Amino acid sequence: MGEVVTEEKAQKGAKKRPKKHPGRIDMTPMVDLMCLLLTFFILTAAFSKPKIMTITMPEKDDNTVPPKIDARRTLNILLTDSDRVYYYVGAIEPGKPQPQFVRSNFSKDGIRKVLLLKNKDLFTKITEYNESRVKGKIHVSDAAADEHIKSLKKDDNVGPIILIKADESAKYKDIVSIVDEMAITNIASYAIVDLSSVEKTLLKAQPR
Amino acid sequence: MPKIKSIARSPHIDMTPMVDLFSLLLTFFILTATFRPVDPAKLTIPNSVSEKVAPDNDIMTIFISTDKKIYFNFDNGKDTSKHFRAELLKAMATQYKINFTPKEITQFSRKSSFGMPMAYLKQWLNTEDSKESDKFQVGIPTDSIDNQFAWWVRSARTVNSQAQVAIKADGDAPYPVVKKVLDLIQKNGINKFNFVTTYDKQEVGIKDIPKQ
Repeated sequence: MGEVVTEEKAQKGAKKRPKKHPGRIDMTPMVDLMCLLLTFFILTAAFSKPKIMTITMPEKDDNTVPPKIDARRTLNILLTDSDRVYYYVGAIEPGKPQPQFVRSNFSKDGIRKVLLLKNKDLFTKITEYNESRVKGKIHVSDAAADEHIKSLKKDDNVGPIILIKADESAKYKDIVSIVDEMAITNIASYAIVDLSSVEKTLLKAQPR
Repeated sequence: MPKIKSIARSPHIDMTPMVDLFSLLLTFFILTATFRPVDPAKLTIPNSVSEKVAPDNDIMTIFISTDKKIYFNFDNGKDTSKHFRAELLKAMATQYKINFTPKEITQFSRKSSFGMPMAYLKQWLNTEDSKESDKFQVGIPTDSIDNQFAWWVRSARTVNSQAQVAIKADGDAPYPVVKKVLDLIQKNGINKFNFVTTYDKQEVGIKDIPKQ
């Protein structure tokens, strides 16, 4: 009897004994799929955050009198079709000789040079401040630096006042480009305003 | 001399750590992914140096396409239980005296950008096929007799007073249309605008200042 039992036990044991090497699962397809999904998620997720450019427009209220601005500090930028940009200094006043329109463009050597030259003092101040931050001479938080630049811009009373005017044939990208130039050259005060009828006629008369 | 026979055996690389790592990354990306909502029209966004990231919530986006069509989008807010979109549709329904069924309201809060006259809105909400429903996207009217766009902005502002304005326009959109939109929004007491742009770095230093 005892023999039989041992035999049975041995048989059972032989049946149940696990294989020494557990079956390998081929993970290659799984890795392939994961790679694919990972690439997809990286490409769609990481770069999807859109950027915004904030602009505050002057309040539109018929009752408020527009602030008087120094004509010598005023630089008018006129935008029209096919990326043409014109600028003139001062204001058009009846009885006085009309200012000369100067043609420019959105390239690196175009309107940016004019703006940099006009805004030399403030631009130098802000750039030097930013550079000393990058070099580690000043340690301030980003918020404090923004605050400082804001106050620099506010205190500026020699820099130009830019009036951006666009006619009907201008494109949205022209407005974005010129406001972007304001950001690049650190212009403290600028506004998007309407063209006057005199300017409209003068702009139309400009050669293409 | 006996030849040394190399035993042909396919090499087994243990991929378990690799799979572990991949699943970890994949889980991370799935959880953090925020899907880019589909624009109502094909838009080529202009470039700028701004690095400011657009907020995810409390924003109304106005799309302007090259063919002068205006679309609108509004989010449910950070706290989605407030159902800003549903509230917006209810406000517009009262304004234009159109009755929307609860099903249509839920449908509206699920969709994203839209641009059609109020008359088409019901049909748009009831069309399941996306190709069919795109046919209704003809732009929001801004004419002075029935300025539906102004009402959308006003209602959106009433529903969520925190909502900022983002303008997402094609670079070639004509300026008069953009100006009209800006004017209409300004009439609702909003003077701060966000233009959606793509980042483009520009290096300008002190040396770039021309010498007179």
